[in-house]
Formats: sequence, structure tokens, C-alpha cells
Amino acid sequence: MIHFPAFDRNLRHRVGIVVVLVVIAALLALTTDSFATAANLTNVARQVSINGILAVGVTFVLLTGGVDLSLGSVVALSGVTCALFAHPGEYPLFVPICVGLLTGGLCGLLNGVLVTRGGIAPFIVTLGMMTVARGLALILSGGKPVANMMPALTDLAGDLGPLPIPVLCFATVALLSGIFLGRFRLGRHLYAVGGNEQAARAAGVSVTRVKLLAYGTCGLLTGLAGVVLAARITTGQPNAGQAYELDAIAAVVIGGTSLSGGVGSVIGTILGVLLIGIINNGLDLQGVSSYYQAVIKGVIIVGAVWLDRRQSRS
Amino acid sequence: MLRACQLTKTFGGLSVLLDVSLDFRPGEVHALMGENGAGKSTLMKLLAGLYRPDGGEIQWRGRSVRFATPHDALTQGIAMVHQELMPIPDLTVAENLMLGMEPVNAWGWVDHAELHRQATTWLRQLGTDLETSRPMRTLSVAQMQVVEIAKALARQADVILMDEPTAALSDHEVSALFKAIATLRQRGVTVVYTTHKMDEVFRLADRISVLRDGHLVATKPAGEFTPASLITQMVGRELAQVFPPVTTTPGEVILTVTQLTREPAYRDISFTLRRGEVLGLAGLMGAGRTEVVSAIYGLQPADAGAIRLLGKPLVLTSPADGLTAGIGMLTEDRKGSGIIPAMSVQHNLTLAALRHYCRGAVVDASAEKAVTRQAAADFAIKSSGPAQAIQQLSGGNQQKVLLARALLAAPEVLILDEPTRGIDIGAKAEIYALIGRLSAQGTAVLLVSSELPEILALTHRILVLRQGELSAELNPRQTNQEEILRHAMPR
Repeated sequence: MIHFPAFDRNLRHRVGIVVVLVVIAALLALTTDSFATAANLTNVARQVSINGILAVGVTFVLLTGGVDLSLGSVVALSGVTCALFAHPGEYPLFVPICVGLLTGGLCGLLNGVLVTRGGIAPFIVTLGMMTVARGLALILSGGKPVANMMPALTDLAGDLGPLPIPVLCFATVALLSGIFLGRFRLGRHLYAVGGNEQAARAAGVSVTRVKLLAYGTCGLLTGLAGVVLAARITTGQPNAGQAYELDAIAAVVIGGTSLSGGVGSVIGTILGVLLIGIINNGLDLQGVSSYYQAVIKGVIIVGAVWLDRRQSRS
Repeated sequence: MLRACQLTKTFGGLSVLLDVSLDFRPGEVHALMGENGAGKSTLMKLLAGLYRPDGGEIQWRGRSVRFATPHDALTQGIAMVHQELMPIPDLTVAENLMLGMEPVNAWGWVDHAELHRQATTWLRQLGTDLETSRPMRTLSVAQMQVVEIAKALARQADVILMDEPTAALSDHEVSALFKAIATLRQRGVTVVYTTHKMDEVFRLADRISVLRDGHLVATKPAGEFTPASLITQMVGRELAQVFPPVTTTPGEVILTVTQLTREPAYRDISFTLRRGEVLGLAGLMGAGRTEVVSAIYGLQPADAGAIRLLGKPLVLTSPADGLTAGIGMLTEDRKGSGIIPAMSVQHNLTLAALRHYCRGAVVDASAEKAVTRQAAADFAIKSSGPAQAIQQLSGGNQQKVLLARALLAAPEVLILDEPTRGIDIGAKAEIYALIGRLSAQGTAVLLVSSELPEILALTHRILVLRQGELSAELNPRQTNQEEILRHAMPR
């Protein structure tokens, strides 16, 4: 059997969140008729896939002890650039996809350069990127949604066999990232840099390269999320993705990744993403007003992390 | 007055302290001795309220007490001065010292003049005239230590626990500290104290308790021990000669350092190093020893000068360059630039040489596991397993992991910066033996140490640094501690 350390290294410490996840799912299955149906569960998976891709990406950055606040804006910018190259009959399918990915990747790389070479705190750098990317999205789109996208691209929001393509994207990204972080030398270096930057440097790890990799990967995956979102809403929306970074970071932290870096795993992030997704879905099914939803969600997020930290401390 | 009753503490199934009963008397200096991992720090942390016991109890002034936090212990009069200092770097000396007990005026505002006056008074009692308005971050480790002790004094503590207070102090500072401890004793304060330096214990302690593997093996007045009997008790066996004799003859010149300069730390440093040679670098704190060897590893590049390995000039801008060239280093600051605390023993161990345990870019898990098992045996690393987080290991075992880490890269030149600081005598002897073996294999060793007996016994040659300049080159067989110190003292 193949063995992925990054997937199970922290799994037994994640008991708290698994319990919360199971309890909420069980409650929903018992109190509603619609939760435990294939259609609804597929729907949940589809809904979490964009946050999932973002969360996996930002896991890289959080592991190095950094943070990326520009996710939502970069999702919008990538969606817009992708849509601009996606008008029917102009370019083949791979062009808009690559443009979207590259946009995200470049934004991430620029974040990384400013953090490493510029020596500016990640919070500030990515806060700057957050407004710049949003501004660029508005400029490039003229403030209006970029419509008229080729069907081949909007089909990417559809299904491949029984599974929605966005879900497949999320699954692939999570699998590859898990293998990378758990098995690759550079993945190990990422943990080392987050755990103790000075010590990592003294042991010959190139801190700059590792951080560039983390921010670049995060950007690339943000670009992917932008493309998937554009496909789903069939336009490049300059106002899309507001506050997406918060859900993504919340998911990662629920999953046990330390905000100070060096500790965390992809499996934890997946659990965090699922928890947030199921909460959203459950509250919708229960017909809870969106005002109350926000309050309940916040309480559950903090509660889940509190339970989890108590667990792993004892 | 303070009594430990059958105290037991376990971490993750491993008991680090077992059934230890011990009483501390007013006005005594009580030394806790033992190898790393023997349970000294754990016992202190239990007494100071940092840990809670899993069994047994603490009695304080005849009553059973449970300290929930260090603050609880402190309000009852038990203060601890930590091995790893915890200052607030951007506050001043006075603010750190008086933290939580700042004098206030009628408005409830902090009275800064009074704050500095009181802080100065406490520092004077320790025989130091440290400027109280300096930010804490500008102090040396030794100076921070003094502030920490003054802090305990200011809190009117009846018991002061000191975990290796002299590990980072120069001889001058040590005597100042001893004077302060003598003052404390006269006032009836109990000082509980750990150290790895034999001579200190006999100069200072009234009573000595020896811990081994979490058990208390002896408590006696200091006069009833001899250094030899103490070591035997600590180690549980007769230690063969601590220092192995120097038997190797250095070979060809491997490393040439020419006019290395980085102002203001050091200037014009030139020397050579031969295969199989152990070259000692002596000097006081702040003489620039660490800075010079850091430049040779690429950790803190020099401004000017040349470093040649086998005649080939090296460009060293990062430790990665040093490692590639065949230079390895064990850094001085184990916690700051050594261990990755949350990482496992295995991952810490292989970090510097990970490329040797990879297939392409992928870590070869079985090769990594094999080398970890091998290293754990070779270096006698005590842990619950390769997956245990290194932060749960004792200082000596952490150090062995780091030494193994440096050696896995098979360096031709190995820099050891204070390799035995704060580790027990058993681990020290192992490291001494290892230096001998490396030298016999032809590895060139550059040894920085503040412990002169170590430098004298282990090296082929000694360089002395004084205020950033080379002041002498000595033959260890024809010199002594006094001569080294004479060359090291600032003029």
C-alpha cells in the first residue's frame, strides 16, 4: 500500500475535528431528508472545491510561517484575464486556462519576491497585492463582468463521468500537494523553514527558494481557482472572490496547521475544507437566515479549533 | 521549608522523574547534578509551577501546594531563572527587571525615575552597573542572565531556582554571580542550582543531590563528595579517562584563511588548518570567535579576505555554499539556529544531508530510516523513537542529533562552536571521543570552546582571539590556562 506521510502524520491529532465533522454530518442526516442524498453530497463537494484549491495553496504559505491575504482578489484577476482570452473562436482552450494560471502564479511569485528579497512582512505584502489585484481586475474588465466565454471552457464546471470537474481538480491538487509536502526534499524544506528559519538556513536550506516556491505555488493554485470560478459563473467577474482568503485560511487552521509555521498537513486542510462546506450546506438546508449563518459559522470555526488544540495538547 | 514528596512526571509514556523526595533548607545552596535527561530541569520546572506533577506533591512551608502557573509559585516566593532566557527584547533593562511590579505615582502612571532607581539598586546587589535604559535586545546572553537573576531578587523570592546559570557566562561574570549567590545565602534565600561544571559545584554548593535517569541517587553535604565520586554517581559507572589523548599527526594543509575581516567583529585573521588537525579557537565572549568560524561556513560572510580549501578559493555566501564545499558546522546556539523544534528527530537529523537520502527529488524513506537508526546507535541518542519531536529531548541528546546532522554530510572541515555547552559529562566524553576519531580519519576540526581544559586537552594547536584580532598561537602541550587567558584579556 502506498503510504503518504503528509496525509497521516498528524491524522491522529486531528481526532477533534473528525469528531465535529461526523457529529454535524450525523445531525444533518437525521434532521433533514435531503442531506444524505447523492445529489446533495455531490453538490457539497462541488461547492467546497474552489475553497479547497485555495486552502491547499495557502497551506504551503502558512507552513513557512507566512500568510497570503490576496487570494480572493487574485481569484478575481485570474478569472478576468482568463475570460478576456476565452471569447469563442479566438484561441484554443488551453490559452485562457494558461493565462489564468500564469496570472495567479505571477502574483504569487511577486508576493514571494517582495517577502524574501524585499524583507517586507507577508501580511503587508499580500495586503498590498490584495488591493492591487482587485484594482487590476477592475481596470482590465472595465468594471463589468467579462462575458461571452467559449463553451469548451464553461464546460469545465460540468461533470466528467459521475464527478464534477472542479471536484476532480481539487482532489488532484490535494493529492499532488500531499505527496510533495510529505515525500519531496523541497517539501521537507518547507517544514524546516517554517519550524525554525535560522536553523534551516544553517543546515544549508535555501530559505529564499523555499519561500518563492511556497508563494508561487499558492499563486498558481489561486489562478486555477480563478479559472474554475470563471467557468462556473460563465464570466470573468472583477468583484468575485471577496473574502475568499478568510474561508481558505480558516479551513487550513481548523485542519491543524500552525499560523506560526512548521506544523500542518494537507489531510488536515481537506478536513477543514469539508467542515466549512458541510456547515454552509447544513445551514442552507435548515433554512437558517444568512445573518444567523454568519454568526453560527464563526462560532463553529473557533469551537472546532479550540477542541482540536485541547485534544492535541493532552 | 520546600519539600518534594515522591514527585513523578511522565512525558508521552516516558517517565523523566520517578518518586523523587527531597527537601531544601533555608539559606542553603543546593546543587542538582546529573547527566542530561536525568530529570534536573524537570524537577525544577515542577517546583516552579511550569509543570504539574503526575504523582506526589510539593510541600511549601509545611503545606501541600499545587502551583497552576509559574506566577502562582512566584507569588509564594519561588522564582526560576531559566536556562533559555525569556526577555522581552524591545523593553529596557529596567522594564524587564520590574515587569509586573512597576512603581506607580498617584495617577497610576509608571514612575520611570523610580523604576530605574529600583532596577539599578537590584543590579548593584549583583555587582553590575548595567545601564538600565538599554533595550534588552542589545545585551549579551550573560548580561540578560544577570537581569533575570536581579528580577528574581526584586520579587523577594525565598527560593531561587537556577537552571545552568553559568553556561553562557565568562569567568569574570561567573565570579560576580557567585558573589550574588553568597549574598542570597546570607539573607536566608535558598538557591537551587544546576550546572555541568564540576569546579563550580564544589566552590558553591552546601549540599548536592544527584539524579540519574529520573531517580534520586544521593543527597549529601558537598564535602562528602569528591569530583570522582560525584561523576561516578551521576554516570552510574566509572568513566574512563574523559579526554582521549591526542595521538594523530596532522597531514597536508587543507584550509587556508587569509586576512579575513568583518568590521567591527574581527580583522586580519589568517591561519591554516591541516587534515586530521584539531585547531582550538580560544578567547573571551565577544572576541569574535563565533563570527570568524561563521564566515568560514558561509553563515555570516566576511567583508574581506580569502578562504581557500585545498588551494581553491571559496565563495561563501550561505551555509549551502559551505556544505557544498565540504565544510560542516555545529552552531553555538542550539535552540536559535540548531534544532527545528517541532520536527522529528529523524527529520532534524537528515536535514543538512537530505540529498544523500533521496531518489531524485523524492526522499527515500527507507534509506532515511536506516541512517537514523544507525545514527541513534552510533551517537547513543536517547529518544522514544525517530518520530519523536526533537524539542522533547534533553539538551545533550539534541546536541548529539545536531552533531550527527553535521557529520552525515561527511565534511572535510568540521567547525564545532561550543559543542559541549550545557550538556552532561557523559555526553561530553562521547563528543571528546568523537573528535578524536574524526581527527584520526583525517577530518580537520576547528574547535571553538570557552572551556579551556577542553581546548588544552583536545587540540594540536590553539589560536587566541582578543577583541577581533589574533593575539597568539600556542602549543597546547607547552601552555596553560593562565597563559591563554593572558592573551585573551583585553588590554
